[in-house]
Amino acid sequence: MRGPNPLRVRRMLRKELRQIFRDPRMKRIIFVAPVIQLVVFGYAVNTDIRETPLFVVDHSSTAESRRLVDALTASGYFRVAGQSDRPDALTRALDRGTAIVGIQIPPDYAADLKAGRPAALQVLVDGTNSNTATVAQGNAARIIRGLAEERLRSGGASPPRGVDLRIRAWFNPDLASRVYNVPAVMGVILMLMSLLLTAMTVVREREIGTLEQLMVTPLGTGELILGKTLPVALIAMVQLALITGVAILWFGIPFRGSLPALLIAALIYIVAGLAFGLIISTVARTQQEALMVMFLFFLPAIILSGFMFPVFTMPPVFQWISLANPIRHFLEIVRPVFLKGYGVAELWPSYLWLLAIAGGAMASARLRLGGALR
Amino acid sequence: MRDAITVRDLTRRFGDFTAVDAVSFAVRAGEIFGFLGPNGAGKTTTIRMLTGLLAPSSGSATVAGLDVGTRADAVREVIGYMSQKFSLYGDLTVAENIELFAGLYGVTGARYDDRRAWVLAMAGLEDRTDRLTAELPLGWKQRLALGCAVLHEPAVLFLDEPTSGVDPLARRRFWDLIDGLSERGTTVLVSTHYMEEAEYCHRLALMNRGRLIALDSPSGLRGSLASAGSLRGSSDVGDMGDVGVRSSLEDVFVELVRREGGAVVG
Repeated sequence: MRGPNPLRVRRMLRKELRQIFRDPRMKRIIFVAPVIQLVVFGYAVNTDIRETPLFVVDHSSTAESRRLVDALTASGYFRVAGQSDRPDALTRALDRGTAIVGIQIPPDYAADLKAGRPAALQVLVDGTNSNTATVAQGNAARIIRGLAEERLRSGGASPPRGVDLRIRAWFNPDLASRVYNVPAVMGVILMLMSLLLTAMTVVREREIGTLEQLMVTPLGTGELILGKTLPVALIAMVQLALITGVAILWFGIPFRGSLPALLIAALIYIVAGLAFGLIISTVARTQQEALMVMFLFFLPAIILSGFMFPVFTMPPVFQWISLANPIRHFLEIVRPVFLKGYGVAELWPSYLWLLAIAGGAMASARLRLGGALR
Repeated sequence: MRDAITVRDLTRRFGDFTAVDAVSFAVRAGEIFGFLGPNGAGKTTTIRMLTGLLAPSSGSATVAGLDVGTRADAVREVIGYMSQKFSLYGDLTVAENIELFAGLYGVTGARYDDRRAWVLAMAGLEDRTDRLTAELPLGWKQRLALGCAVLHEPAVLFLDEPTSGVDPLARRRFWDLIDGLSERGTTVLVSTHYMEEAEYCHRLALMNRGRLIALDSPSGLRGSLASAGSLRGSSDVGDMGDVGVRSSLEDVFVELVRREGGAVVG
């Protein structure tokens, strides 16, 4: 085994960069994809349930009942989408989806309150989207309970004793989904780039026949891999800087951890992506095939990564499978590094997993590539 | 003089199909050695094994005294290769292609300047160094590909149907270049199915169905068949023009393949 020849690697690197930046398709992939992803996950994908459409059927029509509706809308969690004094209007609104939550206030609501009797309220929730329903229901219950306690206090009575539950969300006090999503977008983009660019540039050479021409020169498998992956790694690192900058400066995501902790994780993670890209390039004969194989790998990897659905909610089998998923481990590093200020000391198991996956994948890529060419 | 290429019982099987069947021959240093045969005869497979792109199923071969099975890395340092597929980078300029392959072959410094100038002159591309290779006419591309394959002045040059698709004039010019390389001591192994190209070769190996069915100089091949009396049409091959020579070599080729085919079938 001879070590890589620096001249050959340098020339390959220069050639790759020239080709990548001469190809308008590649340029679009490199610069447009991260922007779209950041915009989508920074703005559009919002799991905070605000401004939930509320339908009000107020049979009471008193100052008391209006105070209740005001409390709901003043919170920002609800907006009144319609109002009627007929219950079937509420049913229709829920049917049509013009309202997600309906509230029905009985005629004797104010009277009951005045008399000190427990007042009944009906809250109807559209459960089609269980996530939205749960959150909206929780919000409504919290606001109504708050209102009731306030009434008791102003009336001189002390609130009923019992457990006083006070929930505070740490690290992301507003529970803003952006804070959680934007750092994770980094994981998606870096993986997408390193997979796509590596697989495409190798398979394209196979298609054109230049790969064969390279293999009859003294260029070794290791040198070919370095020449092919270094430019992609460089591009990925530039994107890492870009996304981190946008996350912190534009979206105001707190960065509480250390830069080295992020960089080390990103480097290992990118190597894993490059290796999987190389493996794909040995399986696929054409660029279309490479694209197909890539998404076959990429989409399940995203779903099993905890990007959208937490890993701990998955059936045990899938939790086991996801241990081999580099995206999962990177997300388990990048989110706490951003939000909790963790580093290698706290997250070392994830670093080790990433390292094992990257090393294993690169070794098998080297073997497969060497075998496929000779 | 030592043989530049020796091939002994070289065989390559793909599943049940034997692409190259126990082929043996030797190529002398400085020789232009032609591989002739119909499509699928095993010419390309043989060349791929000699260049280390494909492992033989059995048999052995040496190139420039190096065993292709065990010294593949060293073999790649001393050979040049150009295939029927045009295999330079179309999205790189002429100069960038030369720079890349010079780097891969370790041609640097003053030698690089010399060789670069030589390739540009040879291909007639001195004024077009900044043109994208994809924009060049095919004949020029092929001369550039040849230039990139011999940047490092290899001892042995493999050409796999290098002139397919080029017009006769460009083809003639290409063969003049090959002649020049041979005169300076480069051994050239070239496969072709153009009969008039076979005339440029010092010796010809005829391949059919993975087997070597004849090996001789062009005149020797014509003579052997003429004396056997099986050549249809003119057997007078003395001082004929180009066309006459070509047709008779073609006759030899067709006759030999027909005999071989017959022997296999019946």
